[in-house]
Amino acid sequence: MIVSFTVNGEERIANVSGPESLLTVLREELGLPGSKNACEQGECGSCAVVLDGAVVTSCLVMAADCEGSEVTTVEGIGSDRELHAVQQALLDHGAVQCGFCTPGFVVTAAHLFEENPHPSSDEIKEALSGNICRCTGYGAIARALEELAEGTA
Amino acid sequence: MTTSPITRKRVRGGVGDSPLRIDGIPKVTGNFAYASDLYADGMLWAATLRSPHARARITKLDTAPAYAVGGVVLVLTQEDVVGRPGFGMHVPDQPVFADGECNYWGEPIAVVVASDLPTAKLGVEAIDVEFEELEPLTDMEEADARDSQTRRMKIRRGDRDVEGAVVVEGYYEVGQQDQAPLGNEAGLAIPDGDGGVDLYAVSQWVHSDHWQIYPCLDIEPEQVRCHPVGMGGAFGAREDVSMHIHLCMAALRTGRPIKMMYDRAESFVGHVHRHPARMWYRHEADNQGRLVKVEARLILDGGAYESSSNAVIANAAYFAVGPYRCDNVFVDAVAAKTNNPPAGAMRGFGGVQTAFAHESQMDKLAAELGLDPLEIRLRNALGRGDALNTSGQLIEGSLPTAELINELDAMPLAEPLDSDDARHLPGGTGLTTDPRHVRRGVGYGVTLKNLAFSEAFDDYSDVRIVLSPIGVEVYTAAAEVGQGMVTIIQQLAREVLQIEQVAVVWADTGVIGSAGSTSASRQTQMTGGATHQCAIELREQILAEFGGDDLSGEGVWKDGELIVTLHEVCESGPREHEIRYRHPETFATDENGQGDAHPAWAVAAHRAVVDVDPELGLVRVVQIDAVHDVGRLLNPVAALGQIEGGTLQGVGLATLEELVLDRGVIKNANFTDYLLPTFLDAPHVEVKWVEEPERWGPLGAKGIGEPPTISAGPAVAAAIRNAIGADLIRVPILPQHIVGA
Ligand code: FES
Ligand code: FES
Repeated sequence: MIVSFTVNGEERIANVSGPESLLTVLREELGLPGSKNACEQGECGSCAVVLDGAVVTSCLVMAADCEGSEVTTVEGIGSDRELHAVQQALLDHGAVQCGFCTPGFVVTAAHLFEENPHPSSDEIKEALSGNICRCTGYGAIARALEELAEGTA
Repeated sequence: MTTSPITRKRVRGGVGDSPLRIDGIPKVTGNFAYASDLYADGMLWAATLRSPHARARITKLDTAPAYAVGGVVLVLTQEDVVGRPGFGMHVPDQPVFADGECNYWGEPIAVVVASDLPTAKLGVEAIDVEFEELEPLTDMEEADARDSQTRRMKIRRGDRDVEGAVVVEGYYEVGQQDQAPLGNEAGLAIPDGDGGVDLYAVSQWVHSDHWQIYPCLDIEPEQVRCHPVGMGGAFGAREDVSMHIHLCMAALRTGRPIKMMYDRAESFVGHVHRHPARMWYRHEADNQGRLVKVEARLILDGGAYESSSNAVIANAAYFAVGPYRCDNVFVDAVAAKTNNPPAGAMRGFGGVQTAFAHESQMDKLAAELGLDPLEIRLRNALGRGDALNTSGQLIEGSLPTAELINELDAMPLAEPLDSDDARHLPGGTGLTTDPRHVRRGVGYGVTLKNLAFSEAFDDYSDVRIVLSPIGVEVYTAAAEVGQGMVTIIQQLAREVLQIEQVAVVWADTGVIGSAGSTSASRQTQMTGGATHQCAIELREQILAEFGGDDLSGEGVWKDGELIVTLHEVCESGPREHEIRYRHPETFATDENGQGDAHPAWAVAAHRAVVDVDPELGLVRVVQIDAVHDVGRLLNPVAALGQIEGGTLQGVGLATLEELVLDRGVIKNANFTDYLLPTFLDAPHVEVKWVEEPERWGPLGAKGIGEPPTISAGPAVAAAIRNAIGADLIRVPILPQHIVGA
């Protein structure tokens, strides 16, 4: 079946044959590999995207259910030339090691800051508790986002 | 020649700075290409048929039904291996595909190549395979009793008859941890049209892959080129060959690019894990708490094939006592061979297991003597000029154990729990814990690890530096797994050449010699050392040729005047230099484990503060205070990242992470059942450094990758014991171990 939806502000059409996830369609069909596949079980947040205003794990969303939806992936958050404040903060604080978790953190944190520009440290941790990072121990990610939360105060 | 009034400035981003990492921008925007993102025109996909049994004879293997699936183009089995039948890091004991019998659950039996991944998976299901199940050997002690092992190690040092005034004994177990790098195994092989192949697959050491791959393909070494590639973490899981030979075989047979990507469940059997361990210890000390004798028996389960078990068991034995002086040490260590999934490298490499045991023993001794846990460690602290307790090797390099312990002691203790916010309580927002029942505990872990490869291994790193008018290029095959090697190389090249523009060129096995493995905490010292040394030699050549006394991005200087521009230097001939950097020679030890096996060591000291709900068995690790032995701090942000990340992996082992095996079958090969620490599980980490320069390596710097993981676990375990006042002999410490303990 044909699914048409908006991805990062552009009208896109995907040819979905069955139960493919939104993640698979984004990565393999729409040329948007920024969202990562690390578990396909909704456990790690590497595949996080914003779907109709809410952060979801795109590995658990059927692409066929996305007709008419609006999706924002990491590719739609900022560009090499114009980084989103969250991206810049992660970069500045050394919060990126292997970076495999980073797209998920960027999407989830950018959404958090949109809803709540001054999250407390606990709120940051709770909002990002669905995103696994195996490299950093979360320390640098916390420092980056806490500073951002204060800086925008 | 020009003279110029330009004044010399110090370059930015040199040693001691924390410059932004150059791969950071593509990583935050999602544009960084990981192995799983690679794509080539005309590419086919491959998927693997794996053994459903821990041990079985293959009685039928008919691939014809797979070919009947539309889109399947090739099925490979062991019959298709034209060269050497097997591979392995140390010995090639693992067949490329199961050879008539399966020796572990998940062992590859066949690979199906098809137009896309779902079709390849359908092909895998279609293969007609039958087994005769055999009784698997899955208990490491039974394997030991049956003499099924890959290596036995013996340490015999000193006098077995000496006795101490105080004796403590203990039995300890360490469960099996998975590296769980966030990126699963993935790779792409592209045939070169000339009988050769280019491989882009996850790897901590492309040259080791290369040495293992080409004999199996029966082609010339230069016909396989292994390329460094972006990967989502490693932690030891990327040191062994997984899909590499399969990919190359499929590419050569089909003449088409081949892509493979394991999913998480397959990744759990697609790479080796940390060795689970059982350990029996007896420590004897005098009345002052000074160690008199340590005896230990260690069994580590190496699973079905050797991988790096030979080196892991040696490490377990050499670091069985920790950073403490002791003249009488007797260790029997064995890497058992079973039908469990193969074990190999994981961050800490044998040292993690024994650290849990020896630190538990030190606490027992302290309790027996009524000494403070840090005091007993201080009284025994090993340092430069001492002999290593196990091998007797004289410690010539840096080893500031006592300084670390004193620094740790001076760090302020975490504030008491002062909130009933569920997010700060054990169990978190499950809202299960009553704050009045929470008990706080404090515990310590002081541990020792060798840096770089030991036991006579010819350990080296090749680096080539090319200078051009626009800057410096450093060629290396070192694997950047996320740790930030890319920045360390840039900083060291900048520091010496005083040229800011430094590009790191990740070169394949056809372009440059080995950089060795990104493991054993070795790349900062080895490839960092190679970069530093190569840059020094290149600088000296240029200064000698032009009669200058200093070099910078502007050119060659003499007495504060610019005498030749960099452009002119580069115009006058190729400016290129390559070196092979080695650490001080090491030797195999004798039959008693005595000798100079190690080039360097690092020590780490951690204090853990935990809150425990003893009724529900829930633990919250509140804070880890960590003092680290860095030799010379090259990049504070990168070092902090290694320490925080490594620490959390140690915390994970102590409190959450374990592969559950039932007769050789992994029961929790997914992230729902194999639990990794989340943001809410992560303690606050306070870090201090001690800088006592190492005798070799760049500017005295030491590797920092593994020590945090080794020290954090024992500290957390000790803190939980301290909170509940019970003996805990096994990690991970799960609720059922705490309740009723
Ligand atoms: S890949 Fe979707 S949550 Fe892990
Ligand atoms: S940076 Fe590697 S998983 Fe987060």
